[in-house]
Amino acid sequence: MIIANPVLLKEMRQRFRGIKAPLILFIYLMVLGGFILGYMYLIRDRLLSFDPSESMGIFAMLSVLQLILLAFVTPGLTASTISGERERQTLNVLLTTELKPAGIVISKMISSCAFTLLLLIAALPLYSVILIYGGISPTQLWGVFAFYLVTMFLFGAVGMACSTFFQRASISTITSYGIMAFLGAGTAFLAAFINDAARDDAVYPQPEVIPFSVQFLQDINPVLVLAHILGGGPAFGPEADWILPYWAVYALFYLGVGVLLLVWSGYRLNPLRKK
Amino acid sequence: MIEIKNLCKTFGKTEALKNLTLSISDGQVYGLIGPNGAGKTTAMSILATLLPADSGTALVNGLDVSAQPMQVRKIIGYMPDFFGVYDGLTTWEYLSFFASAYYIPENKHDRLINDLLELVNLQDKADSFVDNLSRGMKQRLALARCLVHDPQVLILDEPASGLDPRARAEVKEIIRQLKSMGKTVLISSHILPELAEICDQVGILENGRLVAGGSVAEIINGNQSTRVINVEVDQRLEEMLQFLSTCSGVVRVDRKGSGARLIFRGERRAQSALLKELIEQGYPVLQFAEQTGSLEDAFMAVTGEGKDK
Repeated sequence: MIIANPVLLKEMRQRFRGIKAPLILFIYLMVLGGFILGYMYLIRDRLLSFDPSESMGIFAMLSVLQLILLAFVTPGLTASTISGERERQTLNVLLTTELKPAGIVISKMISSCAFTLLLLIAALPLYSVILIYGGISPTQLWGVFAFYLVTMFLFGAVGMACSTFFQRASISTITSYGIMAFLGAGTAFLAAFINDAARDDAVYPQPEVIPFSVQFLQDINPVLVLAHILGGGPAFGPEADWILPYWAVYALFYLGVGVLLLVWSGYRLNPLRKK
Repeated sequence: MIEIKNLCKTFGKTEALKNLTLSISDGQVYGLIGPNGAGKTTAMSILATLLPADSGTALVNGLDVSAQPMQVRKIIGYMPDFFGVYDGLTTWEYLSFFASAYYIPENKHDRLINDLLELVNLQDKADSFVDNLSRGMKQRLALARCLVHDPQVLILDEPASGLDPRARAEVKEIIRQLKSMGKTVLISSHILPELAEICDQVGILENGRLVAGGSVAEIINGNQSTRVINVEVDQRLEEMLQFLSTCSGVVRVDRKGSGARLIFRGERRAQSALLKELIEQGYPVLQFAEQTGSLEDAFMAVTGEGKDK
């Protein structure tokens, strides 16, 4: 039913019509491809012989780069959807139709994520470069792809929530990027700070168990989780499951918070909501 | 039918609507007039289910706008005072989008949109991008958009604002056609002569209150307690303006050419007493005439109260 939603169809039509969408796709692939080819050029001598660790290096670089681009593109697309309608003075008219606010939010989220998904899928052939040299299993590749989908969902939902909360698209976008920065770097710094503060230098050897908050913060930090998926291990504490595996904590948190943000956005968009 | 009873709305410390009560019968064109900030847009936004009222009730065809907003949205067409259009959509796609937003089956879009474009005289613009249309065309397109789901009630907030005379005439003509189609239309405008031409009933809103209401003729002729009077003197104009501003019943005095235009509130005897007082004060009165005729004068007279003398 959601596929036939008029807002979704309109958004798709507007988004994919014209030069903007192919241009963003072109730039996105150029940036990713440029980095990969540049890196391969720098290590060209070593690539002549089979070395799985070099492949992992390219894979890790590509994955991190893709995560950074995802953090820029996804909120950039969703953070202006509702506030943009407000600025263009088209929102009130839309809200007097029979469309439900939640439907409008979900449609806009899907259309924005569809474009981000297109970027991710379009970048998949770049990974074939790595697979040529071996060292990366398809499971790892799909794991990273699943990680992107979950991350994209929360990033998109954050942008959507900011978009319904703030009147202006520029403020909404800046706030979304601020939240991205907190998730990407702030949580890691906070985890490091708490971990350091909780350490008792008088105790030797230091216990391996890390505080609950540090474990949680590292499990919701996309950069640390990606590093973990890529085989880097946890940044703090020993390699051990904490209630749930790290990837499950990450997925549940990101999907749960994402759903809550979307529900809240739908509620907030209702002009007759109780204040 | 629109029924508003004791509607109140405040924004912070500002009272936008104070116990607004009005009733609009089926098939009527009702003009809401008032100075900026009078509460017209607030009242219309509440009726359009875009704003919750603090208290009071607003019913559209018996449906409560705050309790049954979805049902109300099915039977109203709303055109805000300021609105934008979507970039990158053609006129046809724009109307088709809104038709879908009212769950009108796609196989009916072609005929519906062609009919609407014909009604608003935009048939030749079906494939033009909406952001390339002129303001007048966008305004007509917005009217067509209001009609995609064939609503019984139309709420049009300043539909002719910012248009040139030709475009205004076109919008006026469309509203006449809507009236002939039996639609109930609530319209606000600053262009009072136009409202006088197309409205069955008019309500004058000031500071959130309905200060006058009735047919255009009633408003123009029946507003006996408040009148516009033109006074002309041979000399001592400044002195007379000063004097008039202190007289009882005079709610506003403006200089008009070599005389004064005053808004007077009171019985005819009091009006006569004012003339007598002017003569007794020795002002050489050349003319003391009550101005009659236009909705604008009635509006000025009714909304004059409370202004600086």
